[in-house]
Amino acid sequence: MISFNLLILVSLGYVVFLFLVAFWAERRAARGRSGWLRSSTIYTLSLSIYCTAWTFYGAVGYAARSGLEFLTIYLGPTLVMIGWWWLLRKLVRIGRSQRVTSIADLISSRFGKSTALGGMVTVLAIVGTTPYIALQLQSVTQSIGVFALGSGVGSGGGWQAGDFNGAAMWVAIGLAVFTILFGTRNLDANERHHGIVLAIAVEAAVKLVALLAVGIFVVWGVAGGLGPTLALIDASDLAQWRPEPSRWVGLIFVSGAAFLCLPRMFQVLVVENSDERHLSTAGWAFPAYLLLMSLFVVPIAVVGLDMMPAGANPDLFVLTLPLTQGQNGLAILAFLGGFSSATSMVIVATLALATMVSNHIVVPSWLNSRTPGAVVSGDVRDVVVISRRVSIAVIMALGYIYYRLSGGGAALAAIGLVSFAGVIQVLPAMVGGVTWRGANRLGAGAGLVVGFTVWGWTQFLPSFGVDAVISRAVFEAGPWGIHWLRPQALFGIEGMDPLVHAVFWSMFLNTGAFVVVSILTFPNPLERLQGAQFVNVFDYSTGARAWSQSAAQAEDLLVMAQRIIGGAEAQQLFQAEARGQGKAGFLPDVTPEFIGRLERDLSGSVGAATAHAMIGQLTEGQMVSVDDLIAVADETAQIMEYSNRLEAKSAEQDRTARALREANEKLTALSIQKDAFLSQISHELRTPMTSIRSFSDILRDGEIEDDARKRFAGIIHDETNRLTRLLDDLLDLGVLESGQVQLNMGESPLSDVLDRAIMATGVDPSALRITRRPANEAVTVQTDLERLTQVFINLITNAAKYATAAAPELRIIVRQLDGRVMIDFVDNGPGIPPESQSMIFEKFSRLEDEGKAGGAGLGLAICRQIMGNLGGQVDYLPAQGGAAFRVSLPRRMDVAAQ
Amino acid sequence: MGRRVLLIEDEPNIIEAISYLLSRDGWTVHTHSDGETAMDKVRQGLPELIILDVMLPGRSGYDILRDLRADPATADVPVMMLTARGQARDREMAQSLGVTQFMTKPFSNADVLESVRALAAS
Repeated sequence: MISFNLLILVSLGYVVFLFLVAFWAERRAARGRSGWLRSSTIYTLSLSIYCTAWTFYGAVGYAARSGLEFLTIYLGPTLVMIGWWWLLRKLVRIGRSQRVTSIADLISSRFGKSTALGGMVTVLAIVGTTPYIALQLQSVTQSIGVFALGSGVGSGGGWQAGDFNGAAMWVAIGLAVFTILFGTRNLDANERHHGIVLAIAVEAAVKLVALLAVGIFVVWGVAGGLGPTLALIDASDLAQWRPEPSRWVGLIFVSGAAFLCLPRMFQVLVVENSDERHLSTAGWAFPAYLLLMSLFVVPIAVVGLDMMPAGANPDLFVLTLPLTQGQNGLAILAFLGGFSSATSMVIVATLALATMVSNHIVVPSWLNSRTPGAVVSGDVRDVVVISRRVSIAVIMALGYIYYRLSGGGAALAAIGLVSFAGVIQVLPAMVGGVTWRGANRLGAGAGLVVGFTVWGWTQFLPSFGVDAVISRAVFEAGPWGIHWLRPQALFGIEGMDPLVHAVFWSMFLNTGAFVVVSILTFPNPLERLQGAQFVNVFDYSTGARAWSQSAAQAEDLLVMAQRIIGGAEAQQLFQAEARGQGKAGFLPDVTPEFIGRLERDLSGSVGAATAHAMIGQLTEGQMVSVDDLIAVADETAQIMEYSNRLEAKSAEQDRTARALREANEKLTALSIQKDAFLSQISHELRTPMTSIRSFSDILRDGEIEDDARKRFAGIIHDETNRLTRLLDDLLDLGVLESGQVQLNMGESPLSDVLDRAIMATGVDPSALRITRRPANEAVTVQTDLERLTQVFINLITNAAKYATAAAPELRIIVRQLDGRVMIDFVDNGPGIPPESQSMIFEKFSRLEDEGKAGGAGLGLAICRQIMGNLGGQVDYLPAQGGAAFRVSLPRRMDVAAQ
Repeated sequence: MGRRVLLIEDEPNIIEAISYLLSRDGWTVHTHSDGETAMDKVRQGLPELIILDVMLPGRSGYDILRDLRADPATADVPVMMLTARGQARDREMAQSLGVTQFMTKPFSNADVLESVRALAAS
């Protein structure tokens, strides 16, 4: 017999070995050398967590009790792997493209990120899995108990209940520690766990080797070869056993569906899958594994029944047969096989459930309890890690408590199938979700609730036994006497096998509710979008490319960052990060810390919501939620408003700049005008002064005849007058231009004004004949008469100056129109050439023969200024034969308007 | 007969003053008061010296000076410019065009005589 202490030592050693394996794998993966860890062999072996202790020990017991029916448990997954390969491939593709983290996440994402559905599936999974964890704890403690019994440990030569419970508790604690250590080490965005996967692959190999070893020993070592074994089988009750078709179909369906729906199976099948192509290997390798696992079940069962004393527990034949034969080493191997089966299942199941609990129950509630809109990248991480660790402990505790409550008895044995039937209620929503675009959230919810309820009523509650939860009366007459609601004869259909009955009705009503409600209701936009992405996943995603995660992702992030914050800055940021991580090159590992930092950096440029959505898209492949979109839209609107304001501002600045430029041009032009004006004045002043100086020099010199002296003195006199006139004109113009003219209002007939002007000019009628029409000039004007006279003088003088005709003539024509008086001065001189007409009213715009004009060219400029001050104007009338000016003014000037 | 000087100027009183001044000094003074036809007048009979006003009707003194210097026949004739616009840039303009002597109005008769004599001697 084996010493109990040795067994404990071996177990501990094995556990330490698993720790090391897992630790080594994590280290390797962290260094980026995960290739070998992610081979199709490891993938296939990891699928073997389907084979739990229930399969390892229980299959023999099942065979011993119910014959070949145990095969259905293997046939279901085999058929799924072979026949439903398309569905698996689709699930894996969706899992990859949507970065699905669990089956609850799959359902939730598909139906518009529904928190309610995710939570529902999580609860369903916990209810369905907890008994199963309890079952594993039971099998481990039972197997330890077998050795304890044999080596006489414990009081009275065998284990008491307390010892069992203690062992179960220590096993549970150990498993919880292992799962927490390797399941929550890092929050890999893809929820992949290299260490755990390698550990369960090793365990898969151990359990297969153990079972095969026991089988070979039993057939060749105990029964004496293949022939005798077959003879033994023929002689046993198993040969008499006849399969019941409905139960076979039902069981194959349940196990196949469970293979897809169990949280732990989804974890290894989809979440931990690193390459779609591994599926095709697993497609034949996993059925082969199952075949090997089932190969010796019947021989062990038959030989066990034959060899072991009556009443021996067939569930422990795998262990007890070698023990009774004295094969201690083999027995320990078998123990390790069973231990492996139990622990690998518990670890993965706990991990998958903890992920679901934290992602679909804890985090959503936590987020809801916070003020909406807060950016939470850093905090969420802590919340997720802590909630996941606590969840692992709690789920393990639930399993332990369930084990204690159920008393660890035979009731547990039946719980496997009940769990299966509960978990597969997810199947319609899952299969419908990925194949039917019409499926929607309400339909999925209805199906889940109906299926879960029916399962609970027809299978889960009755499984505790008659009168345990449901009374015998209800079993026989239905609740409140409603006959058709009897738990095992729904709608009055009796005589079905209870399992088949429960599975049939729950699945039928579940699917029915799912389909009918989906048809009758409408999905929201996000559901439509997600529906299309899930159902047509092969159109939306790329082919069977392996997830060469970190490099590709880092590159994607770099490309995005470059677009947002600019090439140089982005590369600097990435390079600095890579240096910080001790890596050569410029692509760092995509760690959560780096993602957080990047998000903060990007949010400076595009806003927090946009940065979050963009990074989420790249790192977790999460669909952008409607909330995200709204936040992004808000942000964009703000940015646009800001840029509009900037644009408006810059338009304003443009206008201001233009105004300034125009003002500057005006000033420049004015300054040029001023220069030209000063230059003109200088010229106009210097010219007479030149004559004055020159002639006064000559006079001073003496020696000059009298005639000449008189003549030169005359010139000096004239030029002095010219200077005085010029200064007067300039001053006058300055006053007129400044607008501060003191008007001297008076009233007089226009004819008098003209008379005075003509007289003032002193024009000789022989030099210029002036024709007038006195009748028209009878109009009385009220204005500044002196100023008006000044204008008239100017015009008449001009006509006299330029009169080159043989008989020079000036016609003065007066007209009245609408309270205004117009006085035209038309001569028969050469007129003003058209090109000069526009500038004759400018200062110093003298016509060329200035000697004749004798003025400084200010006359018309002064006229125009005077008429402006009198509320009238003076214009040149072209094409009148000679020069023609029109003076027009109001007959009575409105002084108030000045 | 005396030496010939051509005075191109449009202000009658200034023409009279300069003519009187130079005639008394023994010069034969030809006068012309139109810018447009000034070059023709020069070519009719090359003077020993040209006195040129800037602001002339028809064509400015600068243009006439440019033409004078561009024509080999007239390029060497000394030109004395008289202008009422005595700003620095007018002087620079005249010098860049190759003026021989630049003088602003009003001028002293002594200065004019002295310059004319100096130019004629050179």
